[in-house]
Amino acid sequence: MTTVATQIKLTPEHNARPRASVRSRLQDALPKIVLAPSFAITIVFVYGFILWTVYLSFTNSKTFPSYAISGPRAYQRLWRWTFESDPPSSWYTSITNMGIFGFLYIFICLALGLFLAILLDQKIRGEGMLRPIYLYPMALSFIVTGVAWKWFLDPGLGLEQTLHQWGWTSFHFDWIKNKDFVIYTVVIAGVWQASGFIMAMFLAGLRGIDGEIMKAAQIDGATTFQLYRRIVIPLLRPVFLSAFIVLAHLAIKSYDLVVALTSGGPGGSAWLPSNFMYEYTFKRNEMAVGSASAVIMLMTITAIIVPYLYSELRERPR
Amino acid sequence: MSVIATPARQSTGGISARTVNRIVVYGLLALFALFYLMPLFVMLVTSFKTMDEIQNGNMLALPQAPTFEPWLKAWGETCVGLTCAGIKGYFWNSIKMVVPAVLISTLLGAINGYVLTKWRFRGHTVVFGLMLFACFIPFQSVLLPMATILGSLGRFGVTLRNATGFSFGLGNPTVNLVFVHVVYGLGFTTLFFRNYYEAFPTELVKAAQVDGASFFQIFRRIMLPNSMPIFVVTVIYQFTNIWNDFLFASAYAGTGDAMPMTVALNNVVNTSTGVVEYNVNMAAAMIAALPTLLVYVVAGRYFVRGLMAGAVKG
Repeated sequence: MTTVATQIKLTPEHNARPRASVRSRLQDALPKIVLAPSFAITIVFVYGFILWTVYLSFTNSKTFPSYAISGPRAYQRLWRWTFESDPPSSWYTSITNMGIFGFLYIFICLALGLFLAILLDQKIRGEGMLRPIYLYPMALSFIVTGVAWKWFLDPGLGLEQTLHQWGWTSFHFDWIKNKDFVIYTVVIAGVWQASGFIMAMFLAGLRGIDGEIMKAAQIDGATTFQLYRRIVIPLLRPVFLSAFIVLAHLAIKSYDLVVALTSGGPGGSAWLPSNFMYEYTFKRNEMAVGSASAVIMLMTITAIIVPYLYSELRERPR
Repeated sequence: MSVIATPARQSTGGISARTVNRIVVYGLLALFALFYLMPLFVMLVTSFKTMDEIQNGNMLALPQAPTFEPWLKAWGETCVGLTCAGIKGYFWNSIKMVVPAVLISTLLGAINGYVLTKWRFRGHTVVFGLMLFACFIPFQSVLLPMATILGSLGRFGVTLRNATGFSFGLGNPTVNLVFVHVVYGLGFTTLFFRNYYEAFPTELVKAAQVDGASFFQIFRRIMLPNSMPIFVVTVIYQFTNIWNDFLFASAYAGTGDAMPMTVALNNVVNTSTGVVEYNVNMAAAMIAALPTLLVYVVAGRYFVRGLMAGAVKG
């Protein structure tokens, strides 16, 4: 950062008065003093608390925190549960659900978002009306989203019932009550909520592409498909990255949606690791195990976010 | 980019490929519009129907005899857990929590962003990086320690009240939630203001310094008056996030009178006693969604910009 050096010299008093009075030294330190509380809060309540959680995960805490280290027993249990697929342990269910949900949620949101953005970018009349329609679900909480979709997907009340009334009596859609499929309903509601926002990101990206490049390609005889496949989509790489980061961290943090949409699903079959953590910590009195699962969630996010933040903050000296 | 303007290569007689193309594009767009609107539409019409009509009618049909009853019942009578006084109290709980939390976190973010761009010091990137990473952590990793600390503060508050007659807000669930949301919202608000002030001409700040303006004078006279757009973006973003939060709300105010709206709604919907009143549930959900929807309708442009700023980093 080249600006640092120049800005320190900025303060005129620095050169004018060699012996800095208490007052002017206070003035110099003022920016740091102002920032200090926020920084201290972050250090204590984010990083300190993370360490605390890590510590708890190595204890034998049950209902209440216990501070005697008892080794990595919680992790050993999670590790054992990771392979306990028949009958599936809660942890096994949670992480397989995470895999299914994470992959489908991210993939469908990206695909649908890009697709809608490309459609909307075709000089559409009424774009100003359509965009807010695609986007508004992002303003709703996961709880409201869950309540709405719970109703919509309920076999006795929603879609199935409606199609039956319209004469399609063989239609059957009970995923929300089916322990093997309930996680896919979470995907549907999640995609519904976030895909419009991803669309907006892609649309902003598309609008930022230089029209000259497109014209040149068209003159060279590229078809629309080729144009997108070879030129536009590669140019949108940064948007893909940002969108992926947003979706990945939303996916790992997802908690409320499962609660509101499925109440955990039949026998906890819709759990994600976040639900596992909450249940084990606050309801099943297995605090150490809950903490260990939180640490694993954190490490997963860290593995995705830290390289990203590092590259974002490092480059561009501006 | 008008891409579809590619020469129609196989124009077949009457209808050109271009027209077909347009029809397909508009058709798809309309189809997706339906997909996004459907749940809201169903929720809305259901909330105006009688139970009778819900059980015997079609989900998509408009209410035959629209009634405002479910809304009134959701607002003033429905049962949340064991208390049956509607969700109005919880709605106000949310307001009481959201307003201070948004204001405090936004102001702190503004001043942080100002320091991090215009008063840089050695290591400012590290400080910012650490604050930024905090935006992304799964809150499960801080949930338990925070619960412990809030519990201790609550006990200390009781002691204080016994000694002085006043607990200074310690142990009050709403105060706790305000604190939690400020702490974990700081990263975002700082990010917003930092990115905004990064593009703000440093020359103006320098000139003011030469003229002898102090740190706070520059902030108040130069930065703040030019920060309206980012204030709107940040306030909307924070408002939406905090209003919609469920995890902290259920962990720190999950029972009792201080529940925020999201927790209360979840309780209303998942109460399994007696007949499930779907129309009341839907009305309650609509009430819970209204504030953020309203903000979105009024200031949608800023809302999107805020989400983007949150997404597209430092």
